Amino acid sequence: MKIDAKNYDYTEINKIVRESAEEKFEFDNVLGQRYLGAGTSGKELLINGTPGNALGAYLNGSKIIVHGNAQDAIGDTMNDGAIIVHGNCGDTTGYAMRSGEIYVQGNAGYRVGIHMKSYEDLYPIIVIGGKVGDFLGEYQAGGIIIVFGIGVEGCPVGSFCGTGMHGGEMFIRSETAPVGLPKQVCCAEATDEEKLSIKHYAERFVKHFGGSADELLKSKFWKLTPNSASPYKQLYVNN
Amino acid sequence: MGVEFIYPEFEVIRNDERCIGCRVCERQCANEVHRYDVERGRMMSDETTCVNCQRCVSLCPTRALKIVKSDCTLRENANWQNDTIKEVYKQANSGGVLLSSMGNPKPMPVYWDKILINASQVTNPSIDPLREPMETKVFLGKKPEKITRDENGRLITDLPPHLELSMPVMFSAMSYGSISYNAHASLARAATKLGVYYNTGEGGLHEDFFKYGENTIVQVASGRFGVNEEYLSAGAAIEIKMGQGAKPGIGGHLPGMKINDEISKTRMIPKGTDAISPAPHHDIYSIEDLRQLVFSLKEATNWEKPVIVKIAAVHNVAAIASGVARSGADIIAIDGFRGGTGAAPTRIRDNVGIPIELALASVDARLRDEGIRNDVSVVVGGSVRSAADVVKAIALGADACYIATSALLALGCHLCRSCNTGKCNWGIATQRADLVKRLNPDIGYQRLVNLVTAWDHEIKEMMGGMGINSIEALRGNRLMLRGVGLTQKELDILGIQHAGE
Repeated sequence: MKIDAKNYDYTEINKIVRESAEEKFEFDNVLGQRYLGAGTSGKELLINGTPGNALGAYLNGSKIIVHGNAQDAIGDTMNDGAIIVHGNCGDTTGYAMRSGEIYVQGNAGYRVGIHMKSYEDLYPIIVIGGKVGDFLGEYQAGGIIIVFGIGVEGCPVGSFCGTGMHGGEMFIRSETAPVGLPKQVCCAEATDEEKLSIKHYAERFVKHFGGSADELLKSKFWKLTPNSASPYKQLYVNN
Repeated sequence: MGVEFIYPEFEVIRNDERCIGCRVCERQCANEVHRYDVERGRMMSDETTCVNCQRCVSLCPTRALKIVKSDCTLRENANWQNDTIKEVYKQANSGGVLLSSMGNPKPMPVYWDKILINASQVTNPSIDPLREPMETKVFLGKKPEKITRDENGRLITDLPPHLELSMPVMFSAMSYGSISYNAHASLARAATKLGVYYNTGEGGLHEDFFKYGENTIVQVASGRFGVNEEYLSAGAAIEIKMGQGAKPGIGGHLPGMKINDEISKTRMIPKGTDAISPAPHHDIYSIEDLRQLVFSLKEATNWEKPVIVKIAAVHNVAAIASGVARSGADIIAIDGFRGGTGAAPTRIRDNVGIPIELALASVDARLRDEGIRNDVSVVVGGSVRSAADVVKAIALGADACYIATSALLALGCHLCRSCNTGKCNWGIATQRADLVKRLNPDIGYQRLVNLVTAWDHEIKEMMGGMGINSIEALRGNRLMLRGVGLTQKELDILGIQHAGE
């Protein structure tokens, strides 16, 4: 179903998606409508334009493709599915996402992958093609965050990367390691074997946006994991 | 020992003439206070680990036991009281942050106890609730500004989603993890039987309890534990936890060692990993951001569920509540500083926040002044201890009350304030299978039903006395209240007159 979204607000668009028996939708002229596809499963949304905040919040298996830039909080508390952005996106990308995949061709804002967590066979993936802002992987508890930094000079992550991280992995493609990491985060150059573990996602990325996975993986990557020797804990005394 | 020794707070008094050496006390005490000395052929006690939970006292078949406060105290000092000195010792011993459980035990003013309720005499009749219909049913949610009719003159009844309560009491948020499976089972079944609601807290919903969904409020906090589309759709309403009365401004951190198989399943995080839920939702820095979360939850659940925003009662609570009312929330829950907790830093619990009575009165006044009182319902908790507290809260402007400590007391809690140790001898605040099974949900749920039903009768009695037959007519009816022993400033904030006026 192809719809010109120009004169629709988000409730109307979401109602169409929820209530229609069709599975595939293409929306043209999307401009700032929030919560598109929120909580849905089994649908495919092609969005041309700029969707508003909380795109695909609580997404439960649907696939959302954006031709344009997305705003803040895409994939908030996403449980399953895929969000593919042919452009840039804003802050808190994939907040507390538990499974599914987010691929962003360009840059992303602050707090990407905050509270991201995994559980049993649920394993979330965020792949950012360009660079990200501060607080990447804040409170990360599971899943993988990959930042390719394509066309970026220097390390493609901002300050306070991994603050509160206590699970999962981050892979950052850069000649230099991120600076100012907390002592609760281990940072080491990724081995060839470790790079192989993200090859699948690199292939998915280039399938969406072009390029060569092998070329990307030839570069130096930094792997960030929580430092179990130095966990976050407060010393308490019973009172 | 020596400088590190802190004399036990309690003494176990055992009447050897009554003690039959049956060793029930020994088996019942998870703190291992009692033991049988074979050589001497008698029971012995080690009070250093006693928390005065009264489990042994309650189960001793010959009533041979009592627990008393030790009179071995430090030299009296009005400034340096015993507890204060011992807290310094504990911190000097360990270097740790003091951790406490349940509500603030300090002798702070309890305004409920300084407010008196009116009754009718001579000039207007009181009502006998045993013979005449009394209405305690309430609906929570956005109320329409005006009545609208269609072209045929029929009422348009498309209301935003509401919660229907048989009486104005709900069970407040307590997560599975902080309390046991059997405690949750008791609360869920009681809420269903009573026609009210219980609240999952932020620990997700156990698969066994989805069937009580119509009487369940599901909570969403910053860590989003167990939150998915299925969970959001399972409940009758969704509560966003912004704050908690016992620990305003700080979040939760359930250590990995407490994440067992079942807790891991409901929280949807791996076994043994930390569950960190910081106070700030890092996607919320403004009312506009809060609005985004409220609306995303509504959108994800097809606008079928009311959204509650729970905040702690803090200094600027009236302004904050005004913002929350404008965020699109249907219900505001306010938690006062005497509210309970499974664990909170002592200093935060005892020093941060304000009493719920003052918070409620100022929020209700502010929302009315701004003409937005009907946009939201107001639910208050943070130590609502009796039917009288409920009546006073309603008259101060609340739509309903949240109770949690009272509910736990009904389940057998003896308020020993040791929940954080995970060794609750009453099977409530523990995950140890041998302890959890001590709480029988068949009995627990019935005791909760008893409690709330009794309160409902008492509320009706008090309403009848005032000549009021509908809880709607009591809400915000501050003329029904008078203060005793309060300053003019306190009376002004509460919006009530002094007794005798």
